Amino acid sequence: MTTIIEKSGKPTATTPRSTSVAADQVRFPTLHHIFALTKRGLLKTMRTPEALIDVTIQPIIFLLLFTYLFGGAMMGSTADYLQFLLPGIYVQSILFSAVAIGVNLNQDVTKGVTDRFRSLPISRSAPLIGAVTSDVLRYLVLSASLLITGFIMGFRVETSIWAMFGAVALAIGFSLCLCWVSVFVGMLARSPGAVQGILFLAIFPLTFGSNVFVQTDTMPGWLQAFVKVNPATSLADATRGLLSGGPVASPLLYCLLWMAGLLAVFFPLAVRAYRRRV
Amino acid sequence: MNTTSTDLAIDAQGLTKRFGDTQALAGIDLSARRGTVLGVLGPNGAGKTTAVRILATLLRPDSGTARIHGFDVQKQATQVRQNIGLTGQYASVDEDLTGMENLILIGQLLNLRTSAARTRANELLSWFDLTAAAGRPAKTYSGGMRRRLDLAASLVGRPSVIFLDEPTTGLDPSKREEMWDVVRSLVDDGSTVLLTTQYLDEAEALADDISVIDHGRVIASGTPDELKRVVGGQTLLVRPTDLDNVPQVTEILARIAGEQPASTRTGVLQVGVKDDAAMHTLVTELALARISVTELSLRLPSLDEVFFALTGKPTGSADITEGDAA
Repeated sequence: MTTIIEKSGKPTATTPRSTSVAADQVRFPTLHHIFALTKRGLLKTMRTPEALIDVTIQPIIFLLLFTYLFGGAMMGSTADYLQFLLPGIYVQSILFSAVAIGVNLNQDVTKGVTDRFRSLPISRSAPLIGAVTSDVLRYLVLSASLLITGFIMGFRVETSIWAMFGAVALAIGFSLCLCWVSVFVGMLARSPGAVQGILFLAIFPLTFGSNVFVQTDTMPGWLQAFVKVNPATSLADATRGLLSGGPVASPLLYCLLWMAGLLAVFFPLAVRAYRRRV
Repeated sequence: MNTTSTDLAIDAQGLTKRFGDTQALAGIDLSARRGTVLGVLGPNGAGKTTAVRILATLLRPDSGTARIHGFDVQKQATQVRQNIGLTGQYASVDEDLTGMENLILIGQLLNLRTSAARTRANELLSWFDLTAAAGRPAKTYSGGMRRRLDLAASLVGRPSVIFLDEPTTGLDPSKREEMWDVVRSLVDDGSTVLLTTQYLDEAEALADDISVIDHGRVIASGTPDELKRVVGGQTLLVRPTDLDNVPQVTEILARIAGEQPASTRTGVLQVGVKDDAAMHTLVTELALARISVTELSLRLPSLDEVFFALTGKPTGSADITEGDAA
């Protein structure tokens, strides 16, 4: 095998600072970095089938399965149940998808990608902002694929198109607050697997101990008590109100309070843990 | 400040770092002149990686200072980062991205426009013989290809100081030689390289200066030759052509060295001597006695022996350096 040097002669390519690259420099470096890191996040999602499945096929499978499996038993008609279930599956998907950002950031740390970034003259928070931004885009994909599948199955928005966009905005806003829990755990846990384990331990009871799949008044009292304070319930209620009509103000207010609480507690914790580990 | 500091690409003094109960660095000084290779040699856990992480701004020292081209690694981290490239077992590329995507990303993070970043990526991929694999995710690369991509990633910004943390660990011998050639060409180009290694032959082959570290301290430093002299004598080795001459040669050697020579292999005699003149004397004596030899050499001790003499324990890298003897 020929050596590398023989291939291309003198490696002028590496001559330090000999060439002026000023002409090729960008004007808003930090924005450019965030753009590049967001694109990286999306490329990674496209490359890893399970990451893409999380926001596309998995919610659709849940929707199809639950609608046609339980619809008749739950509400006597699959169409009625679909109308109830779709906002619930939306919430469930949002909660499940929050795991990804923590796992990805932890993977960056454990695999040494973070060290590479840190050896570069970029803002320390740029990789974090890039991860959050690409997460938002993932949630948009999730929202679109779930709603479109729902429409094909017969789901109808009974309010207005603006209310529907409001529901999507609320869901993404909620996930932007929730993602800091994931970032926090991602920065504390030893391995990506541990991040996933810890987060699902919290997310499972939140998802299933809510009115995402079943109406609250069918449950025993002690469970109702938990379900009623569960943020997943208020998000599901607010989303149902925005998509299918019904009360919005009260669940929305409750949901916004939860979001503010999550943000107030976990944003500082996450940023501190991030700065410590990254 | 001292007057020589501008000549030093790397200048670290009194670095300490503690992790819990472990004193990873117990006050080490490291320096490298511009355009040279500094070899940092030590066994696993000696503190090599901690030192590199501090110099590359990834970790703050508990005390001590470090400068890269005069920029303080703590107070002027951004300027330092503009001047360094880091390749190690830890500073890694993204396995899910292709070789091309990885290099473009780093170019963009170094403020290159996407088109310029692509041009630079192509340059490096072809230099490192990775053009054919440019479109494949890095996780599909072989070990040698991964190392080359890692190294390419650290060169995107044309750094003047390059940190290579154990760049050849786990590579087979031919790939090691390739990596060595790359390091040499970087230095020919004017870069300063700090190379950590557990392999004595690697430090000897590449480094202008070597710092031997153990338990977070520099236990010796100097040029490879200086280090060898630290251990003292050189060894005189003779193999008489005729085995019958062995007793007579033994007697001659004993007279010159003042001690009884050892025989490691049948018919090969060696003895430690203090000065170069011993060789002259031996040649003369052999000529007078009309003894012909098939092998005659005066050699410096190997770095293995240096390390053993310095730390009182073997380096654990004997299996690697054996390749030279074979």
